Amino acid sequence: MARSMLNVALVSALVLTAACTKKKVEDLPPPPAAAPTPAPEAPAPAPSNTTIPGSRADFMQQAGTDTVHFATDSSDVDSEAQSILSRQAQWLAKFPNVAVTIEGHADERGTREYNLALGDRRANSAKNFLVQAGVSASRISVISYGKERPVAAGSDEGSWAQNRRAVTVVPQ
Amino acid sequence: MNRLPLPRFCITLGAIVASLTAFPAHAQLEVDINGGIAQPMPIAIPSMPTPSTVSTPAGDTAALGQRVSDVITNDLKNSGLFNPLPKSALANVPFSQANAPDFIFWGQSGAQALVQGFVQAAADGKITVGCYLYDVLGKVELTRQGFEVVPAQWRRAAHKCADTVYSRLTGEGPYFDSKVVYVSETGPKQNRIKRLAIMDQDGANHRFLTNGQSIVLTPRFAPNQQTITYMSYAGDRPRIYVYNVGTGQQRLVVDQPNMTFAPRFSPDGKYVVFSMSVGGNTDIYRVSASGGTPQRLTTSPGIDTAASYSPDGSKIVFESDRSGGQQLYVMNADGSNQNRISYGGGRYATPVWSPRGDMIAFTKLGGGFAVGVMGTDGSGEKILTNGWQDEGPSWSPNGRVIMFFRTGQGSGKADLWSVDLTGVNERPVPTPLDGSDPAWGPLLP
Repeated sequence: MARSMLNVALVSALVLTAACTKKKVEDLPPPPAAAPTPAPEAPAPAPSNTTIPGSRADFMQQAGTDTVHFATDSSDVDSEAQSILSRQAQWLAKFPNVAVTIEGHADERGTREYNLALGDRRANSAKNFLVQAGVSASRISVISYGKERPVAAGSDEGSWAQNRRAVTVVPQ
Repeated sequence: MNRLPLPRFCITLGAIVASLTAFPAHAQLEVDINGGIAQPMPIAIPSMPTPSTVSTPAGDTAALGQRVSDVITNDLKNSGLFNPLPKSALANVPFSQANAPDFIFWGQSGAQALVQGFVQAAADGKITVGCYLYDVLGKVELTRQGFEVVPAQWRRAAHKCADTVYSRLTGEGPYFDSKVVYVSETGPKQNRIKRLAIMDQDGANHRFLTNGQSIVLTPRFAPNQQTITYMSYAGDRPRIYVYNVGTGQQRLVVDQPNMTFAPRFSPDGKYVVFSMSVGGNTDIYRVSASGGTPQRLTTSPGIDTAASYSPDGSKIVFESDRSGGQQLYVMNADGSNQNRISYGGGRYATPVWSPRGDMIAFTKLGGGFAVGVMGTDGSGEKILTNGWQDEGPSWSPNGRVIMFFRTGQGSGKADLWSVDLTGVNERPVPTPLDGSDPAWGPLLP
């Protein structure tokens, strides 16, 4: 949650040049891990002393991934996504004070406005699954990025499949 | 910034050049705008002389004379309907000939039409640009206009002159003296930096309006051009804002927790129509441009978005996937009587009603993304472009030209393009960086 709340200062071109020489787009979330590590086969060993329980790293370790994927133009949660979201729900049940944001995304093969709505649909699909699995709706906020923040840069089926996603963002 | 009062344009030329004699206009010289493949009309636009070279903040009046004719040349060439003669084929026009052309010379030049004029220092530090259009073969004056502007606005006088020529020869409304607001883009595909920017229709006078810290999308002009509505991710909350170009102030339109997007002003500027997602369902709403409680216009469980008013404000065209894929629908401005109008193969998105009221431009999604037009009842569909991803059409003020953005396959880099209704005159619109989401503003007063 603690991403900096930068206001939309609308500035003259002069100020703007100065502003842009420093670090850019600080108010956007970091892109999720490009290649989510698969869930470990064996029961995870006791968490190493570097992973703080309830942290994002802990979430990634326990749930396996923060990301579920969707078919083209669909917001249906398929069986693979269901098992991922179930693991996320189990983790969230263990840490009832953690609030999350679900980001919904679309691939580039849609118009801008529609994809904003589609990303919102996907984020809400994931949210609804978590709520049905017992997570309080008040702990989950959603945001759609439409096609604005792909993780895979290609213009091919493989990249589009990676970009059609909902990402459960746990605070660091 | 330097918000200048709008110039008192269009002065009477006779008052400045007393010796002018008005000829009755003959209509024998005309450009066929619907021909498409017809040859562009050869036109001569020599440098405009000055009676005496006077220094101004925008350069001296002799230099301005050349630059004014350059801007007119560029406008008319870009319309695709005119073929301006190269500079090597033009004669130096003395001031005494500004309104008395050497028809013998111009007749031999191959030009059918001739634009002459002058640039003269006027009272109060202003300049006067005289603009005359001649039928070379008929040896008659077709029209004349004079424009008095502060020197900083010399380009507007040139655009007004080009508009005068275009309108007189095509019978169509003017469009060169207008602005475009769009989203300037840079950076890698996964993390594009997007800034609102505003510029003249030909790319000149470019200015950034936001600093790129937040994603900004889909800006649209208010009819008075003093305000722009757009969507911003400020504070990680994607919502619509209204931005005042003169003051730089911006204001949240609807203060509530849901995502609001795809805003557009009503033609009278009193309302903003927009989309709002509530629990994954997107519908169309409208709200007073000054704020207040939104009124819900659609209730379908599908995605209803990209609303655009008819120019008389009585109807709204929008896209909805209520039937499965995205299709175009028209409803009354109060949300009643929603009817689907698109029935071709593929999906249809981002409809925009023509300022003339007779057509709707759209993005068609099939194998690729194309920009096309159809009648307001869905008849007469015509596809105008064919790129990997052409999207987001916006109409010129006269409803003859469409600006859109084209995204590259792989690179994700977007650029602005324009195409006319014949579909043959497709050309890039110059921007300093990449560009998307263009919105063409109305003709300046």
